[in-house]
Amino acid sequence: MSFEWIKIPYALLTLFIVANYGFLLTAVMAKIAARVGRRHGIPVWQNYVDLIKNYGLRSSITHGVMFYLGPVFRLTGGVGLLMFVPTIYGTEMFSNMSFAGDLILALYFVFFGSLGMALGAGESGHPHSAIGVTRGLSQVTAAELPFALAVYAVAVQYQTLSVTEIVAAQQGGILHWTLFSNPLAVAAAMLSFLGTMMRPPFDVVLAPQEIPIGPPTEYHSSYLALMQTNRAIFPIAKIVIYMNLFFGGAASWPVFFLKVFLIYLVSVIVGVVFPRFRVEQSIRWFLIWAVPLGIAAILMV
Amino acid sequence: MKDDFPTPPVRDELKKRVVETPDGQTIEIDPLRDYYCQSAPTVMPAAYSKIVEGLFNWARAESLWILGFGTGCGAIEMRPLMTPRFDAYRYGIQWRPTPRQSNLFVISGYLSVKTLKRVIRSYEQMPNPKYVVGLGSCTINGGMYFDSYNTITRLDQYLPVDVYIAGCMPRPEALLAGFEELKRIIRAGKAEGANQYAEQFDWYKANQKRVIHDWDMPDYNW
Amino acid sequence: MRDLYDRLKTAFPLGELTEQRPDLAFVTVAKEQLRSLLLHLRDQEGFTHLVLLTAVDWLEEGNFQLTYLMNNRLACRDLGVRVMLPRDPASMDSIHDLWPTAATYQRELREMFGIDFPGSPRVDEDFILEGWIRTPPYRRDFDTLKFSDEVFAPRPGRASSDPTEFMKQQLYPDKT
Repeated sequence: MSFEWIKIPYALLTLFIVANYGFLLTAVMAKIAARVGRRHGIPVWQNYVDLIKNYGLRSSITHGVMFYLGPVFRLTGGVGLLMFVPTIYGTEMFSNMSFAGDLILALYFVFFGSLGMALGAGESGHPHSAIGVTRGLSQVTAAELPFALAVYAVAVQYQTLSVTEIVAAQQGGILHWTLFSNPLAVAAAMLSFLGTMMRPPFDVVLAPQEIPIGPPTEYHSSYLALMQTNRAIFPIAKIVIYMNLFFGGAASWPVFFLKVFLIYLVSVIVGVVFPRFRVEQSIRWFLIWAVPLGIAAILMV
Repeated sequence: MKDDFPTPPVRDELKKRVVETPDGQTIEIDPLRDYYCQSAPTVMPAAYSKIVEGLFNWARAESLWILGFGTGCGAIEMRPLMTPRFDAYRYGIQWRPTPRQSNLFVISGYLSVKTLKRVIRSYEQMPNPKYVVGLGSCTINGGMYFDSYNTITRLDQYLPVDVYIAGCMPRPEALLAGFEELKRIIRAGKAEGANQYAEQFDWYKANQKRVIHDWDMPDYNW
Repeated sequence: MRDLYDRLKTAFPLGELTEQRPDLAFVTVAKEQLRSLLLHLRDQEGFTHLVLLTAVDWLEEGNFQLTYLMNNRLACRDLGVRVMLPRDPASMDSIHDLWPTAATYQRELREMFGIDFPGSPRVDEDFILEGWIRTPPYRRDFDTLKFSDEVFAPRPGRASSDPTEFMKQQLYPDKT
């Protein structure tokens, strides 16, 4: 298998599109949540303004090497996830660096950002960061369990670890989607999806309204801007995986935008309806409701 | 009781002490010197290009992140700003829980000497282009606490203030108008409070130390 | 309240009874009798709750007046026990072993009035003022306005007016 260099600019183009779509989509989702509260909410370009402002801050303070690397790792988690998963099915341009075993790698990247964050926030030495990291890691771990189970169920069902082949198996009509061929796995994965999107009811870890904001307590200026970029890219990259595994993938950009929007909307709707869980409540919730579903999905296959 | 002025004792956790590290070494720790950065603030120049600085100033004006620190009773007037009726988020105004991420400090109402100490620490931890809004008459001339023994009467003696919002209390509408005024000042590039603080650092520090007697923190804390 | 007063009178040398309301009265007691009176009230008469402990500065007479306000939950009655202290040096026995909450009140009185309570826990630590080095601020010989003008560098140009006169001027400017 020879590596084609043209893949790199193509992948960067994907990244550019996804990042901008992410910025706009997060703002639109914030607006939707605000409309539920009968507010007008932030303007759709607010994320860009915040980004420019954070890059424009004149002073920045570091606490050591890992403090630099924390946001970088976090961004790597988002970008890496996106890079190794085919964004648009069936096009050479936007298949990125996908290869035969990419599903396992994707699972790894989902977790990578949180770990990098833990290292960086630990170095900042702020007690709120340490608390936030502990709570965040335990919650993400609990939330990832059902997703991992669901992914194995899907992998066993299609007898492959390649995302591209899984998408290919789902083509040919809405009833071929995993959503209908293996509903249990999809249910488990969607519950886990709620947990890892960092929206209510599972966002107590780094909600800006909470007094300890969590891991990013000490992060500011450019570091924070990097993390904001990741906050735009990472959910989209994650949704791309879900879309590919369970909802038949996307064969063109309009379909991609629509599906990502709808999947994102699921977590927003749940978020505006339900109040926040505490961390131990959410862990218990995942273990009681989501994990058995995932196990059942594997058994069914 | 006479007016003799002894120096208040240093708190225990700030005294010099000898500590044994987990790997068996014995080290001496002077918390005030070792745990904090002691360098004074410096004047930070604007971006080299006028266009870039203009863009940055526009972004700073449109994205005011308020430090969520209610220093006095006026903080109660900031809560309605988040509600559907006033909805300050429309104007790019948000509340952040940590000084590292915020660039606007709203001194809400009267400021007691004890709170002033915390305010100074929080203010100094905010990253450079930072703005201070004095909310209510108390920050202007003391308001109804003009003769109190523990509230300061003029905020601009201790921190560089960009905008004052008069009233006791000012309504949320007045606050929004004040924020719009602040935005105009920032866009015009005149809100250089942080640099002013750095330039006249000695004057501000002397004023602060005149009212805060038990100064148990370093002179400048990042 | 009168019956309670008569009962107490047999055991303790009390001053006059001041009846504020049917369920609220004040008596004065000497400094030495205070502790036994409070114990008696708490254990025998059902005044189990110490509502507050506060002080009044009688500058002209050179006295501090301490008021221990006690509440009888079952009978819904309050009794205030007053003690007069010499103003300089002001010192009083601590009652933190009768009610632990009293320790906090005593810390406050120590800081704000300069009344000493030897033996009360943490009584010499700062309570709400940090690093206060002058006369305790609630003493009436402490001039807060003068202090504020000296220390806080007031903004010039402040004027105050009598509200009654001012509103008269605003509403009826033609009538003097």
